[in-house]
Amino acid sequence: MTLESLWFAIIAVLFIGFFFLEGFDYGVGILVPFLGKTDEERRLLINTIGPFWDANEVWFITAGGAMFAAFPGWYATLFSGFYMALFLLLVALIGRGVAFEFRSKVENKAWRTFWDWVIFGGSLLPPLLWGIALANMMHGVPIDQNKNYVGSFWDLISLYSVMGGVSMTLLFVLHGALFISLRTSGVLQERARAAATAIGAWATALTFLFVVLSYLETDMFTRRGIDPGVVPVLAGLALFSVQFFIRAKRDGWAFFMTGLTIVLSTITVFMDLFPRVMVSSLNPAWSLTIYNTASNPYSLKVMTIVALTVVPFVLLYQGWSYWVFRKRLSSDHPLEY
Amino acid sequence: MPSEVALARWQFGITTVYHFFFVPVTIGLVYLIAIMETLYVVKKDDRYKQMAQFWGKIFLINFAVGVVTGILQEFQFGMNWANYSRFVGDVFGAPLAIESLLAFFLESTFLGVWMFGWDKLSKRMHVASIWLVAIGTTLSAFWILTANAFMQHPVGYTMRDGHAEMSSFGALITNPQLWYEFPHVFLGSLVTGAFVVMGVSAYQLLRKRHIEVFQPSFGIASVVAVAASFLVMVVGHEQAQYLLVSQPMKLAASEALWKTSGSPAPWTLFAIIHASAHKNTWMIQIPYLLSILSYNRLYGSVPGILELQQQMAAKYGPGNYIPDVVMVFWSFRIMVFAGALMFLASAWGVWRMVRNRLVPSRRYLKWMLWATPLPFIANTMGWIMTEMGRQPWVVYGLQLTRDGVSPTVSAGEVLTTLIAFTVLYGLLAAVDLFLIARVVRQGPVADDHDDEPESLSPVAL
Repeated sequence: MTLESLWFAIIAVLFIGFFFLEGFDYGVGILVPFLGKTDEERRLLINTIGPFWDANEVWFITAGGAMFAAFPGWYATLFSGFYMALFLLLVALIGRGVAFEFRSKVENKAWRTFWDWVIFGGSLLPPLLWGIALANMMHGVPIDQNKNYVGSFWDLISLYSVMGGVSMTLLFVLHGALFISLRTSGVLQERARAAATAIGAWATALTFLFVVLSYLETDMFTRRGIDPGVVPVLAGLALFSVQFFIRAKRDGWAFFMTGLTIVLSTITVFMDLFPRVMVSSLNPAWSLTIYNTASNPYSLKVMTIVALTVVPFVLLYQGWSYWVFRKRLSSDHPLEY
Repeated sequence: MPSEVALARWQFGITTVYHFFFVPVTIGLVYLIAIMETLYVVKKDDRYKQMAQFWGKIFLINFAVGVVTGILQEFQFGMNWANYSRFVGDVFGAPLAIESLLAFFLESTFLGVWMFGWDKLSKRMHVASIWLVAIGTTLSAFWILTANAFMQHPVGYTMRDGHAEMSSFGALITNPQLWYEFPHVFLGSLVTGAFVVMGVSAYQLLRKRHIEVFQPSFGIASVVAVAASFLVMVVGHEQAQYLLVSQPMKLAASEALWKTSGSPAPWTLFAIIHASAHKNTWMIQIPYLLSILSYNRLYGSVPGILELQQQMAAKYGPGNYIPDVVMVFWSFRIMVFAGALMFLASAWGVWRMVRNRLVPSRRYLKWMLWATPLPFIANTMGWIMTEMGRQPWVVYGLQLTRDGVSPTVSAGEVLTTLIAFTVLYGLLAAVDLFLIARVVRQGPVADDHDDEPESLSPVAL
């Protein structure tokens, strides 16, 4: 395996971790105003992700840093090309991040309601934008021979990309609802299950519609980087099985299956893209690949040593933090504000 | 409309200075909180727990803004400075990625554990969490400054096909620039945290409220402040001397020294600068001092701006290599004066406490309340001097700032985001200050015992 391929895989892993973990965070954030009827319920819902969301977001920050370090050409073109989309993403992440902290500091209904909706908006926009961005990365965007994105923000918006955004958002909401069902009990758990049931069918239907559109809109099914084999099929089966597990009230399994869907779908996208990182719609030869955007081998080697040394520890202590807060939350105990 | 470069620079300046209001508070406070919680675990005295929890609240509000404005920092290179990113990503990206891996995961995970884990973890595990957060914030500073040190003084690279490639990781992390810059920033952060704690404590002590919490807080912070503000001057002095090696132009600009000085060189305390005419019309100078500051001896001349300009034009081709002298000169002076003032103020307080075992006088408390903005002024001015003094380079000697911008982003787009971020950041600052003021006014929440003012016990040191 070349160092470029290894770093392509590492970045894929970072995105998988990000979508899996921050996926349910976004889902919870979107559901807060709907599932929580009282202030206490809303606080409890926020606390289901309270100790985790920041570290989950770091998966994305690290993915960005890794892109910069390993594939500066990809980082530069993606971030300057998807300029306004990135701007909206930043506004969302800034609002959401402070809202979790600011919300509880004043005991006033209007204040809290305001920040609840900031959390909602700040959780809704990122998956929508990520779905749109991923769809565009697969579909291809106008990239010229100088590796520059020459389109506008509106070139990123199409029926196909919006479908990508919507299906990703719904998948995350489902993932979040199931996470809530694992972290709560009683009435909130019931509401979360009901939400999962209601959203589950839509998430499944739209995701499959998106796959069908991908067949028509992209070369993912014909020009395979690495043949993903049964991976996408398993992703589909996992998504179908969620419905079954929700009805059987097997929350853990249902959550595991939405997680599996997210993981396997992301793997599929990266395998199909390989070795390209951004497809040019103007000329296939102008596509950005891991080879024409990578750092030099020495830099990649240094990064490899650092990453392989540090990541096991990160996984251990992050895993440990979930274990510390493994108990279901309930309003019988005083809540951390 | 201003050029894309000008707008992108304004955006970087505004968002970075803003981000750096919060970062030093985070780094400084987390160590103070860790010390307080350690005292709680060791002495089993609930006052220290109350302290850690009270300062923890201020820390968390501050941390939230620091984190979210930090995300923008990482994105901004790619968004506004794509050509810069392509030019140095090979070298510059690595410390950024390592910062995420090594520092961000550590601080965010253990801060979550610390916030929600008061009754879920043993006392030792809990205090260990805050120390791990402290280590995380420090590692974060180290790695981002590794990246910045490369921009100031590029090392460990080779040029290939028009961009810089990393050739020695060891050289990057042993960059002398880094080892002046990192201690300077780290110590400056400790001073900042300490002045925030002293300012807030002074406010409460003046109101004679929660004395059992704020008097020891004030004491601990004073000791940290006096030690750190002394060391920050020592390191700062060495850092300035290193400019003679790494960026003589920045040093000359910080002295508004147009012509190469005689020997011994006098230090300019005050000057009226006419940058376009390349001269100063009025100056107050202290003989010998610039030689002493530059070389630690009573003689030696320092190269002037005009001579350096000629040298650089000969080396890099025709062009204007002179930074904004007025800004560099004054930002440097304001930083130095603010720094010296902070040392004197905290030394005075500690000296009085040690000598007389007295509680701080009301007048001193009032001073320290009003001294709270000083570290913020010094931090901001320090970065303005460092970054504006490097101009016109983005990477010193390798890439001009104007060549670093994104080729496909329009001035209109940068202006849009510049306005939006400035407005958003302004609102955030207002809410942040409002909330911190509220927490300060409310004071600590007593756990078990009531919060009647207790007798004035000596400061716990």
